[in-house]
Amino acid sequence: MATPEVISRETGLGDSGYKYGFVTDVESEVIPPGLNEDVIRLISEKKNEPEFMLEWRLRAYRHFLTLVEQEQVPQWANVDYPPIDFQKIVYYAAPKPKVTLKSLDEVDPELLATYEKLGISLEEQKRLAGVAVDAVFDSVSIVTTFKEELAKHGVIFCSFSEAVQNYPDLVKKYLGSVVPYADNFYAALNSAVFSDGSFCYIPKGVRCPYELTTYFRINYAESGQFERTLIVADEGSYVSYLEGCSAPQRDNNQLHAAVVELVAHDNAEIKYSTIQNWYPGDEEGKGGIYNFVTKRGRCQGVNSKISWTQVETGAAITWKYPSVLLQGDNSIGEFYSVALTKGYQQADTGTKMVHMGKNTRSTIISKGISAGHGSNTYRGLVRVNSRADNARNFTQCDSLLIGDQCSAHTTPYVEVRNSSAHLEHEAYTSRVSEDQLFYCNQRGMSTEEANALIINGFCKEVFRQLPLEFAVEATRLMELNLEGAVG
Amino acid sequence: MVLDSPVLEVRNLWASVGDAPILKGVNFRVMPGEVHAIMGPNGSGKSTLANVLAGHPLYQVTEGEVLFRGEDLLSMAPEDRARRGFFLSFQHPIEIAGVRLDQFMRASYNAVQKSRGQEELDALKFDRLVKSKSKLVELDPTLIRRSVNEGFSGGEKKRTEILQMSILEPTLAILDETDSGLDVDALRVVAEGINQLRTTDNAVVVITHYQRILEYIVPDVVNILSNGRFVKSGRRELAFEIEARGYDWLQETEDRVGVGP
Ligand SMILES: Nc1ncnc2c1ncn2[C@@H]1O[C@H](COP(=O)(O)OP(=O)(O)OP(=O)(O)O)[C@@H](O)[C@H]1O
Ligand SMILES: [Mg+2]
Repeated sequence: MATPEVISRETGLGDSGYKYGFVTDVESEVIPPGLNEDVIRLISEKKNEPEFMLEWRLRAYRHFLTLVEQEQVPQWANVDYPPIDFQKIVYYAAPKPKVTLKSLDEVDPELLATYEKLGISLEEQKRLAGVAVDAVFDSVSIVTTFKEELAKHGVIFCSFSEAVQNYPDLVKKYLGSVVPYADNFYAALNSAVFSDGSFCYIPKGVRCPYELTTYFRINYAESGQFERTLIVADEGSYVSYLEGCSAPQRDNNQLHAAVVELVAHDNAEIKYSTIQNWYPGDEEGKGGIYNFVTKRGRCQGVNSKISWTQVETGAAITWKYPSVLLQGDNSIGEFYSVALTKGYQQADTGTKMVHMGKNTRSTIISKGISAGHGSNTYRGLVRVNSRADNARNFTQCDSLLIGDQCSAHTTPYVEVRNSSAHLEHEAYTSRVSEDQLFYCNQRGMSTEEANALIINGFCKEVFRQLPLEFAVEATRLMELNLEGAVG
Repeated sequence: MVLDSPVLEVRNLWASVGDAPILKGVNFRVMPGEVHAIMGPNGSGKSTLANVLAGHPLYQVTEGEVLFRGEDLLSMAPEDRARRGFFLSFQHPIEIAGVRLDQFMRASYNAVQKSRGQEELDALKFDRLVKSKSKLVELDPTLIRRSVNEGFSGGEKKRTEILQMSILEPTLAILDETDSGLDVDALRVVAEGINQLRTTDNAVVVITHYQRILEYIVPDVVNILSNGRFVKSGRRELAFEIEARGYDWLQETEDRVGVGP
């Protein structure tokens, strides 16, 4: 992959070390800031949506309003931020003109240049065997490569908007089936206003021949990003899916409230990996993305498996609890997470494993790293329902502290209603010691190199879960993020 | 001529931890090809001297000057000292959980190579290098896949330090009690390993309590450190004398000539 250039130096917004902080000069079609039913109707209309979609959006919106009225803006996570003015957010920003693109040649060269800067040249990606890419720019999906080849296998991989047009039955059947719009505050908001995202369907018995990849990018200054991802793996199918995210460097905070729903039928497996590198704000904690995301998978069928792997290095604030509902007997849920907070970043992340079927198993490996003034919280729930005989869970949540102004918190919740359950929990907190750094220095490594080495060692159980080229990217990203962040 | 300029020159070095002075005016000079031994009672400041020279941030140099290959050592960051060929084998090598020894050594090797504009090695090539060097200290090959020093026996830690020395090929190596905790056979292996690394250009400083290792690595100079300064200097025979008589008689000499604090 191409190496991103050092862009932050050109923006005049300070040198916070964030390499993806550039703004792309593309004409955008924007609905003015603010939220009301008309805006939602307009979004739906612009997207030429069928009636059921508009109705669903409006129901979600009305529910959202009741939450706002009852002042149910979530406050419980271990993070700190000023109230968000939802009337100041732009809910729809699309690069203009919006045409359906058939090949990369038709894409605005500015956009392609953006992706080049991100180090994810689509041209290159196309050649990179085994990776199909969908790119969501602000709220609209720009291009999906490999579509035709995937179609040969019956795999549907397209933007959410296209799915609504071409596969309304599938959308209708699964949309909101794992994360209903009433699930939580931001899920309600997302359901009302989401403008695009990715859709993926793997038919029975198909092992998807490519890693499917989506890159999300927020470009427009006042826009929030509300994308929605839906992946359905039919019986006996397999798919590995990866999403990457970044945003320009700006002084204001921007909201990213996504919803991801996964459904795995009998004997199906979904592996979902995230490399999240939203703009984290500058060294004083100004600006940055609020990353409030609902991700949940349903292991609906027997022997199904859903595995979440996340590397969270960006965003000013992250709340995120990718979860698995283990409904089918013998189903398996996994959560592998690395969350790095530095500067004034805050992360409150973890998972929920809900054991409903018999012989269900879950594994949770969480690695939290705090540097600078970063605050890192693991919040996890393991629930074993009364009918879930022989459920097994293994949880390990480790924290690594760099410096003495950062913090780590671990909040594991356990609810067991079946006595045959077997749960194991391990946790440790360690600090990178002066002696360790000196030992590395004495062997020729700089302190940054030493930190990167120690951190990579700390994260390797999680990085191992990533597809190879992304494991390399994740390692590099950690190093980029640590430059100047620790001393 | 190169041979004439010292590898290391320490002049009137004073250092402390917090308010407590530990080194109180150390002077010595190491020439290329030489082996120096430093002996001295527990707590006399031997490890402190080694750490100060390596640049440990805990110690403050309050006075003095150190030239390493003609350059001002004390103004360099610890990693720059290492990159210029300064190596310290730790008395108590540090454990780093989760970092495999081979990865650690490769990061170290490549950092040094890079600083010199020389070839960095990928994992495969580095593996080959390690294999060839491991023989030197007869290191159990499974060890390099384990976390750095974690759960290593005392002897394994020391062999690992010497393995790293052999990979980095330093100009000056300070070995802080590398012989402590080694059994008789291991001592011979490690000492012979160190001997094989000797050239006419590099130098070794052996910190030890026992003359035994000096049977293998024959010193040109033996210095005795007591209460933060060198109180006696001699040839190899001095080590025998120390082992036979202890340090008390030196203390008396020191008091008599009035060089106390
Ligand atoms: N980090 C430190 N903090 C406080 N005191 C220290 C520190 N390092 C060394 N000292 C003190 O300095 C003195 C010299 O210690 P040092 O470890 O250099 O002795 P040594 O000669 O290497 O002893 P040994 O033979 O036992 O290894 C001791 O009194 C020790 O307690
Ligand atoms: Mg000592």
